[in-house]
This record gives sequence, structure tokens and C-alpha cells, in this order.
Amino acid sequence: MVENRRFLNVLTHLVLIIGVLVVAFPVYVAFIASTHEAGAFVRGVIPLTPGDHFWATYSQMLGSGWQVAGAPPVWLMLANSTIMALAIAFGKITISILSAFAIVYFRFRFRLLAFWIIFITLMLPVEVRIIPTYAVVANLGMLNSYAGLTLPLIASATATFLFRQFFMTVPEELMEASRVDGAGPMKFFKDILLPVSITNIAALFVIMFIYGWVQYLWPLLVTTQEDFYTIVLGIKRLMASSDRVPAWNLIMATVTLAMVPPVMVVLLMQKLFVKGLTETEK
Amino acid sequence: MASITLEGLKKTYAGDVQAVKGVDLAIKDGEFVVLVGPSGCGKSTLLRMVAGLETISDGTLKIGDRVVNDLEPAERDIAMVFQNYALYPHMTVYNNLAYGLKNRGFKKPEIEERVRHAARMLEIEEFLTRKPRQLSGGQRQRVAMGRALVREPAAFLFDEPLSNLDAKLRVQMRVEIKQLQRRLKTTSLYVTHDQLEAMTLGDRLVVLNAGQIEQVGTPMEIYARPASMFVASFIGSPAMNMVPVEYLATRSTESLLDDLPAGTDVVGIRPDDMHLTPPSTPHLVVESTLALFEAAGAESHLYVRLSESDQPTVIRVSGQPPVREGETLRLYVAREALHPFDSASGKRTGG
Repeated sequence: MVENRRFLNVLTHLVLIIGVLVVAFPVYVAFIASTHEAGAFVRGVIPLTPGDHFWATYSQMLGSGWQVAGAPPVWLMLANSTIMALAIAFGKITISILSAFAIVYFRFRFRLLAFWIIFITLMLPVEVRIIPTYAVVANLGMLNSYAGLTLPLIASATATFLFRQFFMTVPEELMEASRVDGAGPMKFFKDILLPVSITNIAALFVIMFIYGWVQYLWPLLVTTQEDFYTIVLGIKRLMASSDRVPAWNLIMATVTLAMVPPVMVVLLMQKLFVKGLTETEK
Repeated sequence: MASITLEGLKKTYAGDVQAVKGVDLAIKDGEFVVLVGPSGCGKSTLLRMVAGLETISDGTLKIGDRVVNDLEPAERDIAMVFQNYALYPHMTVYNNLAYGLKNRGFKKPEIEERVRHAARMLEIEEFLTRKPRQLSGGQRQRVAMGRALVREPAAFLFDEPLSNLDAKLRVQMRVEIKQLQRRLKTTSLYVTHDQLEAMTLGDRLVVLNAGQIEQVGTPMEIYARPASMFVASFIGSPAMNMVPVEYLATRSTESLLDDLPAGTDVVGIRPDDMHLTPPSTPHLVVESTLALFEAAGAESHLYVRLSESDQPTVIRVSGQPPVREGETLRLYVAREALHPFDSASGKRTGG
């Protein structure tokens, strides 16, 4: 819309502000709750201004955790989640970019079949194949390990498909020019294709990092030791203590901390991310 | 530097589609040969076979004395300039030029020296630190040429390198390519569909049609004695007029057509060989009506219809003759300007 009238300006801003409030208010309440003492939140009147327990709550959660509810220190869970999300993001990108490279740039037997088999796995997310996958992971002895947490989630048909579509828009002459310039297939991949795909990789990285970060069901199944708990799992455990009054301040502090890494990733990669999703620069 | 020899080169695609149907051609060392033909005639396929980007279905390809049929492009000692330049978008101009040398294991100082030398020759020194996207079309074209140049290969292969440029730049780059090739004396094979580009650039032209060679010769040989009706109408602009002998025989009072070679049933007449005033040599006279007058500055194109025949015909005259559309014109054609053809075979008659 190119209209520029005062009334419309006010209206659009109003709508936007309401939208921001609706999204941001729960986050704000979570943060406020984490700065009060434990009981403040269940007394009937929810405080809307910051309390004075900020340091106490956060240092407790980061440092020692809340052993009563069986939750390890938050820093450990944050580290676990970070390792898992990074492993999933890098693993997915590595595997899918290589398979897309094979599918687009090599003429081998059953190439199309291979592509369609990969594509069909879109219909088989972890939730659908959870029991057989669990059996495999358990038999391989990978329960309670980072490998068990990440490997089953790494293969990605979506990313393979996105890279395939992108590679098909890269002019074939680039490949031919590099052949004439004496670059073999892997050299072409490393020197030309990878740098050209960098924005797409960044966009996928953000998406895949967050996908890895919010995993709940799979970590719940394969981890039984506190050492391998992820942050999302930890939040659930803090809340699951049915016979106690939930310590909202501690829960909300954990929630607030859990939000920080994904937000950082998005902020840091924002520019590349938007570029990768919108721009095809060649 | 080397000669390139093509012997019975064939390209057959899946489903028995023949793109190139047996081409024999010997390109001498240092020669500039232009492959020209309409789109789909197999000229690009042929060039890509020489480059090693397409497999050779049958025949032998030699660069120098080496049979290179099964060699990778990089091992053939050729450099190629692509139609869309195919510059590496993430590399600076310097790295674009250096990439092929790096891959061949050249030492840093040598790379530096060669890149600088090529950049100086092409006047792109000031762009060496820029990325391709910051360059204009003509500058990108130079970089693409530079990438071929630094390698100092046995042969340059050009795949319609000027077709993405605007008309003015195209003429300028055409001249530069020609001068560069003269200076370096590197064997060159150049593909184009533009007959003017072909005429002006090539030491020799190879006119291709439907995967086969129609004629090989110097530009002037081909222009003066086209071997077939296809070549006649493809080379030269506006295209050569084809007039049935039967028609001329009924119109022309003189018996100038008697000595045409046996089998001739069509004659070709170049638009510049039809005159509004009678030449001094023996000539034919044809009546026509002027349908359209096109002034193009130094010359004019007259689109006429021969009387009692709907045959559209083009005449090119210099300057701007005082004629009006709809007017009846007498056209004079010198006897020696006739190109005799047999319309059934499409070939020139009388050898």
C-alpha cells in the first residue's frame, strides 16, 4: 500500500503495536516472574514490575539447579541443548548439501530413484518412526549419548530438496568454466558451489538450529541421565512436580535463559538469513 | 598453439537424435575459424565437443598431434569464453583470472605476473579487486576473455561471447577480439549465429546447417560464391533474393539466360546487385512495384514486388533515391551478378 494518510498511519501503527503486545507480553510476564520470590506468582495478584530476586534466582538456576525437582544446573542443560542443536544443524546441512550435489551434478544410475526415496522420507518424521528408531539407537548402545540425541534427527529431506532447487538455478556454465579451469568435482564443490550457496546455508542453519533446540520428544526418550538433559526437557521436569507448588520464579528463569541462544542465533544471522530466503544472487 | 583437426565428428543424443552428423575440418595453427549457422544447427554442440564438455559419439578430434577424444577439458589445453561469461560470482576479478592457474599448480609470482599482464592487455587493471557483479556487461566480457588469456592455451574457444552485449559494445568488442587474436596468433574457434560477426572476424568461415557443413571458405569466397541456397540466404544482409529462371525468361527480352549452367532453375541476386540505373555490362531488366521504402542513413532498402509475380524482393542502394511507395521501378541486374542454383538439391550449379 502506498497510501499515506494520517488516519491510516495511526491505524496501522495501532494494529502493529497490539500485535507486538500480544506476542511480547507473555515473554515479559515470564521475565518478571523470574525476578520475584517463589510465592509472588501464586498470591492472586500477578506483579507486573520487576522484583528484587533477579540475581538470587538466576545464580541458583545457572549454578546448582533445583535438585528437589531433579533438574541439573541450567548451564549444563544449555550446553547440552547447544551441542545438540549445533550438531543437528551442521549435520543436516553437511549431509543434505552433499546429497543435493550428487543428485544435481552427477549422472548415475537410479539418480531419480535416489532423489524420490529421499523426498519420500519427508513423510516419515521422527514422531512417526519413533519406536523402530528408538530400537535401533538402543541396540547400538547410543542411549544417553550425544550421538543418540542427534544422529536420528540429522537426515533431512527438506534441506536436500532446498539445496537441489538452489543448485538447479546455478548456471551450468559455472561448472563448465571450472572444468575448463582444471577443477575436479570436489574442487568445484569446495571453491565455487559452497561459497555461492553461503546465504542458503545460513538460512537453513537458523531454521535447523531452532528445530534442534526445540526438540522435546526424542531427548525425553533417549536420555535418562541428568548429564544429557536438554533445556526443553529441563523446563518440563521443573513443572512436573505435582505434589509441590510450582516454583514459578525458577521455572520462568529457566524459560528466559532457554530463549537466549535461539534469539542470539537469529539476531546474528538475520542479515544472511533474509538474504538466503529472498535473494538469488548469481 | 596448435592446429585442431576434426575427422568425421558425430554427436548422437539418446533416441537417435543426431545433432552433429559427421564434420571434417582442419583448423591451421593460429587461424581464426568461425562456426556460423542458424540456432539448432549444431554449432555450439560442435564447439563443446572440441572443448570436452560434450562427449564425442564418433570420429576423431586432434589438438596438435594429440587425439583428445577422451581427455577432460582441462587436459586439452584449451580455454573457453562462455556466452554468459560464467564468472565466479564470489571471487574478485583477480581470483577469477588466477583460479585456473592455481589449479594447475603455478607459483604465486608467476600467477601474479600473468594476471597483471592479461589485465593490462584488456585494460581491466583497475577492476582487479572488484567482484563481477560490480562490473558492467562489457567489463565482464573482458574479464571472461582475460580468464582465457592468462592460461596461454593452445586454442581459444568462443561460444557466442558477444550476444549478451548491446549493439554498440558488440562492435567494439568484436574489433578488440580480432586485434587480440591477430596479436597473440592463438588458434581460435568462434561460434556465432550473427553473419556479420562471422564475416568480419573469421579468417575462414564454416557455415553449418542441420549438423552438417554447408561450406567452408574465407568470408569473401563464401559471399562471392555461396555453394548452396542456404549459404546464399544466410550470409549477407539483407538476404539474397531468389528468383525463378522461368520468370526471368518470360520477362527479359534478351537471351542472357541461355548460358546458365545445366540444371539451373533459380538464380540468386544480392540486394546490392539490383540497380535503378542500367550498368554498362550485359544486363537483365525487370519491372517491379515499390512496396516499402526504408531509409537507413548511408543506404536505403527498397522492398519491391516483381510485376506479374508476387515475389517479394529487396534492393539495397546507396544514398536516398527519389522514389515513392507505389511507384513502378525498372530494375537492372548485371548478368555476372547472377548466382545459379538448382532448387531441388539446393546446390549451386555449374561448379
